[in-house]
Amino acid sequence: MGGIPHDHYEPKSKMEKAINSRLPIIGLLYDTLLVPTPKNLNWMWIWGIVLTFCLTLQIITGIVLVMHYTPHVDLAFASIEHIMRDVNGGHMIRYFHMNGASLFFFAVYTHMFRGLYYGSYKAPREITWIIGMLIYILMMATGFLGYVLPWGQMSFHGTAVITGLFGAIPFIGETLQTWLLGATAVGQPALNRFFSLHYLFPFLMAGLVILHIWAFHTTGNNNPTGVEVRRGSKAEAEKDTLPFWPYFVVKDLFALGLILTVFMAIVGFMPNYLGHPDNYIEANPLVTPAHIVPEWYYLPFYAILRAFTSEVWVVQLASFVTGGIVDAKFFGVLAMFGAIAVMALAPWLDTSMARSGRFRPMFKWWFAILVADFVFLMWLGARPAEEPYASLALIGATYWFAYFLVILPLLGVIEKPLAPPSTIEDDFNAHYGKSNAANAASPAE
Amino acid sequence: MFKKTSTALIFVLALTSGSCYAAGSEGHVHDHDFSFEGPFGSYDQEQLRRGLKIYTEVCSSCHGMKFVPIRTLGDEGGPALSKDEVRAYADQFVEVWDQSLNDGEGDYRAALPADHFPVGGNSNAPDLSLMAKARAGFHGPAGTGINQLLKGMGGPEYILSLLTGYTGNDKTVSGATLYENTAYPGGWISMAPPLYDEAVEFSDGHKNDVEHLSEDVSAFLMWTAEPKLNQRKRAGTVGVLILGVLTLLLFLANKALWAPIKGRKD
Repeated sequence: MGGIPHDHYEPKSKMEKAINSRLPIIGLLYDTLLVPTPKNLNWMWIWGIVLTFCLTLQIITGIVLVMHYTPHVDLAFASIEHIMRDVNGGHMIRYFHMNGASLFFFAVYTHMFRGLYYGSYKAPREITWIIGMLIYILMMATGFLGYVLPWGQMSFHGTAVITGLFGAIPFIGETLQTWLLGATAVGQPALNRFFSLHYLFPFLMAGLVILHIWAFHTTGNNNPTGVEVRRGSKAEAEKDTLPFWPYFVVKDLFALGLILTVFMAIVGFMPNYLGHPDNYIEANPLVTPAHIVPEWYYLPFYAILRAFTSEVWVVQLASFVTGGIVDAKFFGVLAMFGAIAVMALAPWLDTSMARSGRFRPMFKWWFAILVADFVFLMWLGARPAEEPYASLALIGATYWFAYFLVILPLLGVIEKPLAPPSTIEDDFNAHYGKSNAANAASPAE
Repeated sequence: MFKKTSTALIFVLALTSGSCYAAGSEGHVHDHDFSFEGPFGSYDQEQLRRGLKIYTEVCSSCHGMKFVPIRTLGDEGGPALSKDEVRAYADQFVEVWDQSLNDGEGDYRAALPADHFPVGGNSNAPDLSLMAKARAGFHGPAGTGINQLLKGMGGPEYILSLLTGYTGNDKTVSGATLYENTAYPGGWISMAPPLYDEAVEFSDGHKNDVEHLSEDVSAFLMWTAEPKLNQRKRAGTVGVLILGVLTLLLFLANKALWAPIKGRKD
């Protein structure tokens, strides 16, 4: 299995030995739960458990909702109201599921930006990062498919817009869109298959989550310094790490408890705050909402999609070069998927020898601008497609691409990183001064 | 310092992400303190009963509420009518089609409590079951929706502002009369002013000017849209308390667990 040297499970009783020789599942659980974890992990390393919780919450609440939901264009909206009014605790289950999606995305974005700041995507953790990006893409798909199911106005017209993106692909677009929808327009076939896939994808995600965990248990966790755990011997590794159980389980559960307290307050007191009011109107193909706006977690990419209008010179250039095959609509689609693709390519675009942003004086500020840009694009994604928002979105989208394609490769060359501590143990002791009281005076970042 | 900046940004992200939805030319919606606002607010039973009367005598002549079962009028936390009152209320709707009657030929019968409110008689009048949740009154600042954190979504406020927002001006556009309204997006609505002073009489002599009638019917429509509001807030309060205590215990457990590892931090 590789990984950091540590104690392994030793079956003691006859029974344990018998089980272990047939199915070493206890040993697997033991190794997973007691995996050596860098002891200097900060509070940004708690999102993994929050995400695992979210996936579990969504699957459990989802399964209950399916028991009462009807995937039919004439009955879907009414069946949601049946859940909200008649099913025991149905209103809470549905609000948990609705807001659970928001918590899920909030946690995944924080988790991703954590990875981007501390260089968690860098060698040898590229596979963990890529699997993470696949989970994220599945999350986006699952969230979108689920949003269609209540068959409200935004469900319906959002579906038309998003499947229309596939329709923008040259030559095969229209055929592809019809194939996806099962018809030439959004209707019963689309609702049926979206329901089926919405139920399927979370289980694919669960499988990928296992691979994600397996991968980083093999490479070991990254940590705020980016310094690797010493692996020379078990004794050496133990100076840098603590077993996941109980130290990080309890720490993570405390963080989860805090987050769930806030989550509970949102579900209990303002469950519709993050949703769009129009989705409480039953779908009507004949009435298009004034503004079709996706859920908040898609907004940054929606802003990038809309930023590239036919007035932008790159779009005109692309159209000219390809003889009109790449038009503004298709360019926008490419930009939106490209914005996610460049993130996935970060391990190969970042040329810096330093891993953690903590020791990269210039990177820090470019990264801060990236986070601000993300929030900025999110705001722009909800604004109407008109000036000055279109121009601002273009600036925001340009920075997003520039960060990954220009700034990350260049910084590795021009930036002089600071020296990280030589071991995780040193970093930990500098913060907590167990052995050296003088070091404890240094600021905690 | 940098970590704090990025943490702050994440929280800004969290806040701004909340329903940052724009709309074109917004009408003006004024804030109003309803009894059901805030973490501990609940419906005012008397107000819901007045609202039901207004809905029945005025709104229902054009609008319907097809998602609301009549029996829920008897629910605790709602108008809480007695069983007989609910039955009598249902009985006034005499045009419910029932396929099982007349040896499977079907016939009309009076509504039963298990039936839903009838659909509207005017196909241009939207269903009101969920109207208070299908409209947001507040969008600002700058389309971020952050003020909804303090004021609420503003659905009932929108209805109240709409009902009291008629200026008295009207115009005819291609044969249809439009009425000027300060709350309606775009400023001109096809619904004639539905309420006037003393449009509905209450047996207890409660005030029945347009302002009060609008307030009562807005509250009633909030109840039809969100009948489980009281239960939800109770669950929220209990949940927050339990999770708060659990979090505190986990905090102490975590502190105790790490104390020997971290040593003293002077």
